[in-house]
Amino acid sequence: MPQHILPVSTYLLIFAALLALLLATVGAQYIELGPYNILLALTIAIFKAVLVVLYFMHVRFSSRLTWIFASAAFLWLGILLTFVMADYLMR
Amino acid sequence: MADTLVAHQFDDMDQQRDAASLGMWIFLATEVMFFGGLFAAYAVYRWSYPAAFAEASHQLNALLGAANTAVLLTSSLCMALAVHAAQTGSRRRLMLFLALTMILGSLFLVIKGYEWSHEIHLGLLPGATFTYVSPSPAFSATQVEMYFMLYFLMTGVHGFHMIIGLCLLMYLMVQAFRKRFTPDYFAPVEVIGLYWHFVDVVWIFLFPLLYLIGSK
Amino acid sequence: MQSVSPTAELPRTGRVLNYLNNGYTARSWLLSTDHKRVAILYLISVTLFFFAGGAAAVLFRLELMTPPGDLVQPETYNKLFTLHGIIMVFFFLIPSIPAVLGNFLVPLMIGARDLAFPRLNLLSWYVFIAGGTLTMYAALAGGVDTGWTFYTPYSSMFAKTHVTAAALGVFISGFSSILTGLNFIVTIHTMRAPGLHWFRLPLFIWSIYATSLIMVLGTPVIAVTILLVGIERIWRIGIFDPSLGGDPILFQHLFWFYSHPAVYIMILPGMGVISELITCFSRKRIFGYSFVAFASIAIAVLGFLVWGHHMFVSGQSMYAGMVFSFLSFFVAVPSAVKVFNWTATLYRGSILLQTPMLYAMGFIGLFTLGGLTGLFLATLAVDVHVHDTYFVVAHFHYIMVGGMVMAYLGGIHFWWPKMTGRMYPEWWGRLSALIIFVGFNLTFFPQFILGYVGMPRRYYAYPDEFQVLNVMSSAGASILGAGYLIPLGYLLWSLKYGKLVGENPWGASGLEWQTSSPPPTENFSTTPQVTQPAYTYPHTEELLLG
Repeated sequence: MPQHILPVSTYLLIFAALLALLLATVGAQYIELGPYNILLALTIAIFKAVLVVLYFMHVRFSSRLTWIFASAAFLWLGILLTFVMADYLMR
Repeated sequence: MADTLVAHQFDDMDQQRDAASLGMWIFLATEVMFFGGLFAAYAVYRWSYPAAFAEASHQLNALLGAANTAVLLTSSLCMALAVHAAQTGSRRRLMLFLALTMILGSLFLVIKGYEWSHEIHLGLLPGATFTYVSPSPAFSATQVEMYFMLYFLMTGVHGFHMIIGLCLLMYLMVQAFRKRFTPDYFAPVEVIGLYWHFVDVVWIFLFPLLYLIGSK
Repeated sequence: MQSVSPTAELPRTGRVLNYLNNGYTARSWLLSTDHKRVAILYLISVTLFFFAGGAAAVLFRLELMTPPGDLVQPETYNKLFTLHGIIMVFFFLIPSIPAVLGNFLVPLMIGARDLAFPRLNLLSWYVFIAGGTLTMYAALAGGVDTGWTFYTPYSSMFAKTHVTAAALGVFISGFSSILTGLNFIVTIHTMRAPGLHWFRLPLFIWSIYATSLIMVLGTPVIAVTILLVGIERIWRIGIFDPSLGGDPILFQHLFWFYSHPAVYIMILPGMGVISELITCFSRKRIFGYSFVAFASIAIAVLGFLVWGHHMFVSGQSMYAGMVFSFLSFFVAVPSAVKVFNWTATLYRGSILLQTPMLYAMGFIGLFTLGGLTGLFLATLAVDVHVHDTYFVVAHFHYIMVGGMVMAYLGGIHFWWPKMTGRMYPEWWGRLSALIIFVGFNLTFFPQFILGYVGMPRRYYAYPDEFQVLNVMSSAGASILGAGYLIPLGYLLWSLKYGKLVGENPWGASGLEWQTSSPPPTENFSTTPQVTQPAYTYPHTEELLLG
């Protein structure tokens, strides 16, 4: 399926980015944002996850079908979390 | 001859590879939803008991958690390089990177196991052995117990998936050793690689959510 | 296994080689990765479960003949309706059409030799049997009394029955569902015959595809939920228990996140069957093919957004209730679209009232009634009154029994000649369909009234004034039961004495009708090339009437 072979340098670059984001994750703890700390932490986590999915899991170079299924999984997770939390937030 | 590796229901290698890949992605979607149920429970209780969760989170060793995250990210790199080695037909490098992935994965589990034993020793395992007493009127021990229930469960289920991943990697090692993979046929490496990266992605979310609640 | 042409003969007897006579040993059946054999294995299993679940119903309908609880103990009564629900939902309704008809037909309908992952398919049957065995063990060891919905904290903290075993059985069988769905999605995407693009697929395939999407996205959530209940139960750790800081409503959210889409897992394949039956027995193309196809996908997607309508009176936020109510009205639309399209297909068609068509027409009427009553339940204010009453019971039985089971029986009759090479006796088929239709309505229509006037569900005793309706319902149940037993009899009879049929006894459209009955193990001697739309009616082929 990946008729496309990513060069090793790309993997190393992505890895470096991931480590940098890990440092950011730890560093973000020291920024006082009150209830928005979690938002920052999750945003950084999402960036990391996206890099892993797009490059390590080759989704960037895969068929549209793969892309659809990968997105659908997270979309459905979003439905579960959103609607459940909506109940609690609206009580 | 690669054609002999095509199963009878498929017309050609391409169809087989597409099917294997799509099959793994669908399986990963089911895994996202499986972990998703736990994340939903986490979201509800963290929202309900913010003080308890923050305090409980501080009981964990964030440094070890961060180190473990780095270990897993590195193992993902090695896995990606293993797939690359398979794509370029380098059996030696394939086995090297599979071995490195397994070593790092095992290291993750060792660190996790150490953390767990320490936390259990502190009386933080929910159930009969839970001994935490809340120092503050802002939250109760029961709420902290709820946090640790989620902590042990989520890291436990994650660890279980890692163990399965290690078994799958071992299988790949054996197959690679038997010279089963060529640049035309390496779908198992690719597909198990997807699984490994997924387990890494789960941890990418677990780390901040479990270890880094509340600012310092 | 080598490819054989449909006319290849067995060496000694000279009979034609097909998937049924290609090996007679138990091993050749129990280790077969042939999708058709796996389908037959499922057929036998779900039939057994259906009658087991039905037996439980017979017992509690007997109890409900009289107002006081006088036949069984109250605890026993609870176990009876629980077992009925668990077996019927998880071990009959969810697997039935996908695992029996889907497994048999999907590769045939798309011109493939087998599913994408044949060994995974066989594994799914073993997993199903493992789950079912564990659940039956729970039933025989003393039963479960939580209701099929396992609500916490009763199920996790207080019930003294075999909850863990039953829940584990359901957990395991969920993986069977996931594997089946995964197999179907991959097969349909990657193994269609040349020329068979999406909009030439039979609508049964669209339905199975939509069903599979729900199976893979929803089932894992109930799996993890059952795991949490098990943990709470075994280790007494609070997750859903309020006294330990837990929230029972969280359980309901997680449970219904799957269990509502699960009802679409149950009905969508039935709808797919109906599309096939209506077109064949009206000798007409489906009206609005793409609307029906997209409606299947719409039901699958929208079905995930409405689960809170089971929780209107549980303590869920009122605003969340309003959102779920609004969305529940939406999900009725694609179902209605299908009903309109089937009706329009019937209009000016050449109607043939063979047994499968009787079931199909019964489906359309009864499903519509069941669906409409769903709208009453989706209306917040009405639901406050009828929640947890027999109104709900009647609603879902209209859809599941009046709809799904009739679609299943219609499908079994329609594809019986394909699966077995033999035709069932047509007059017995029609008679049973009629008996089932009458029995069904007598059983469940009174329950709408009972619910409306206030009889709660899951109660083993009731006020005297409800007796007449209950007796009607129980009488209906006995007729319904008889109606189900008759096909069991004549279908088995037909295996030996039924009239032998050729490739296409119904003169139907579809690739499955272009190979022998029964098909050879490899399905087709050469891969079909498809150049025509899904429904090529009217045909010039003769219809073989019994």
